Amino acid sequence: MELKDKILSSYVAFENDKNINSEIHNIRSKALQNFEELGFPTKKLEAWKYTSLNSVLKQDYSLFPNKENTVDLADVKKYFIHDIDTYKIIFIDGKYSSFLSATTHDTFDVCLMSSALEKAKYKPVIENYFNKVAKQDNMTSLNTAFTNEGAYIHIPRNIEVQKPIQIINFTTGSEDATMLQPRNLIVVEENAHVQIIERHQSLNNNPVLTNSVTEIFADRHSTVDYYKIQNDKETSSLVDNTFIEQKSNSVVSVHTFSFGGNITRNNLNFYQKGEHIDSILKGITIIQGKQHVDHHTLVHHIEPNCESHQDYKGIYDERSTAVFNGKVIVEKEAQKTNAYQQNNNVLISDKATINAKPQLEIFADDVKCSHGCTIGQLDDDALFYMQQRGIPQKEGRALLMFAFANTVLESVKIPEVKSRIAKIIANKLNVKVGFDL
Amino acid sequence: MLKIENLQASIDDKSILKGLNLEVKAGEVHAIMGPNGAGKSTLANIIAGKEEYEVTGGNIELNGEDISELSPEERAHNGVFLSFQYPVEIPGVSVTNFIKTAINETRKAKGLEDMPAKDMLKMIREKSELLEIDRKFLSRSLNEGFSGGEKKRNEIFQMAMLEPKLAILDETDSGLDIDALRIVANGVNKLKSKDNAVIVITHYQRLLEYIVPDFVHVLHDGKIVKTGDASLALELEAKGYDWIKELA
Repeated sequence: MELKDKILSSYVAFENDKNINSEIHNIRSKALQNFEELGFPTKKLEAWKYTSLNSVLKQDYSLFPNKENTVDLADVKKYFIHDIDTYKIIFIDGKYSSFLSATTHDTFDVCLMSSALEKAKYKPVIENYFNKVAKQDNMTSLNTAFTNEGAYIHIPRNIEVQKPIQIINFTTGSEDATMLQPRNLIVVEENAHVQIIERHQSLNNNPVLTNSVTEIFADRHSTVDYYKIQNDKETSSLVDNTFIEQKSNSVVSVHTFSFGGNITRNNLNFYQKGEHIDSILKGITIIQGKQHVDHHTLVHHIEPNCESHQDYKGIYDERSTAVFNGKVIVEKEAQKTNAYQQNNNVLISDKATINAKPQLEIFADDVKCSHGCTIGQLDDDALFYMQQRGIPQKEGRALLMFAFANTVLESVKIPEVKSRIAKIIANKLNVKVGFDL
Repeated sequence: MLKIENLQASIDDKSILKGLNLEVKAGEVHAIMGPNGAGKSTLANIIAGKEEYEVTGGNIELNGEDISELSPEERAHNGVFLSFQYPVEIPGVSVTNFIKTAINETRKAKGLEDMPAKDMLKMIREKSELLEIDRKFLSRSLNEGFSGGEKKRNEIFQMAMLEPKLAILDETDSGLDIDALRIVANGVNKLKSKDNAVIVITHYQRLLEYIVPDFVHVLHDGKIVKTGDASLALELEAKGYDWIKELA
């Protein structure tokens, strides 16, 4: 049976233990219909021209792993940012692990989507925000139809959350192949502040397909810093759909670090609904082998006096392939918009490919919009210069790559995240970092 | 220290060095002069190990050891330093981080531990004072947006930090005003000892007023056609290079 049919026919069983007399049920059913009509994306769709899911969809995925799997903390600790105190929402094969997690309901909620969808006390927030900014496209609809578990974070007004929150989805590989559909909702009220780190990690080499949806609402004067660490095994694929709605004077930044995985597709969408908003989108991609990373970004400038800053750096070796599609829409009303987009790529191997496409749709006349896109190689003259000073070629290359990626790294606000990323990069480049960053 | 015999080299099948001989002993300063296109920079780059050049004949020995098969970093570890005519800009790497990395990689190659941070700082302070380099300058990205003079001073600063056995200064005087020239030359002179050697490659006699050579060689069409003492540089300044071309 094809994966689509398998998914559709599993819906009845999925809804078995759910309350079907609820608004959520209606949203799910409608999304399922949507997915049934649209199916999985194919290369015929403009947005999926350079990313094919075909090979990934051939697996016979277990859709709802039933077994309760546990993992030893010692085995997974390395995937946490563990040198600082954090809140943690940890899932193992899509199921919440209370053992590994550290949640809270103390003045703000860092807890589970499954209970938020059911309990009356969360109802107003769910009604106001759930599935409100998420698009109705195929992969998002698929996730919505099967919405069940994920992180639910609600920060009321004027609260500055002192510890970062980690959301980690582990896959044990106890099934031959696993499909996961985490669903996160993050509501940050007026003048509140939160930092979130998200990671997907499989623990063995059985295939995994994750189709994740995250909705973020940043109310007036709020600040959200979101870090996505994508360094999964080369048997795991990820479609990440993130939708962000910002109100006036809010600042939201999303850093996406894509180093691992088989096929990684990031759909990152910002909608600016207010004035004096700042949206920051940054990414470092370093891949090799046959890895594929696709960044599709959208910044929708709807009202005047807002800014957006995009800076994506990519380093591609061997036969890896990548896509950067950065779309910026500036509506007629959105005068005095400042929109910057920078996408710089280095091809280490002549067999690696990057498809880069800035897409600017500007309907206002008094705006500053710039975009710069470069594709190049590591500078041989710089390499010789470093070698001449005694820095071996391998370390020299690594230093050049670090320097190249550093404009993104330096804007990471959590030092432990920054040093962790630096360490992952160093491991990836097979060097010891003998220099400060 | 350095012994070059019958060196022949080409780039893209174009022959540039055509049987060059040069011997430099410890404690000596040699100047290599010559018209544009004579092969001066090629010689510097070949000694440093740049791969674009193909050595088609002859030997390069450093302290009795053939270095022609060594990588650029191995030559650097053996004490070869090239002050570049056009130092490369490396955005994102500060001067301090770069020189720290260079020193510690060189130490690693010799089986030594990293230099203690305290010693490193002390050395950086001393050497930057010698070259009259502002502290703020050291935290800037390497060569990025530096003036011509700043780039050359930074080269000699790195030389002072790395303490090479053989320093090759490729057109270090180009782009320098008279004050910067004096600072750079003063730095080089202070680093000179009986155990190291300097090769000054220059088009003009100007720098040689400050760094006085023991020998002056004239390079023309890939060969050294004349060797003399410091007075040869003055003669070249007065008479130009045309008469040299006739010697060849």
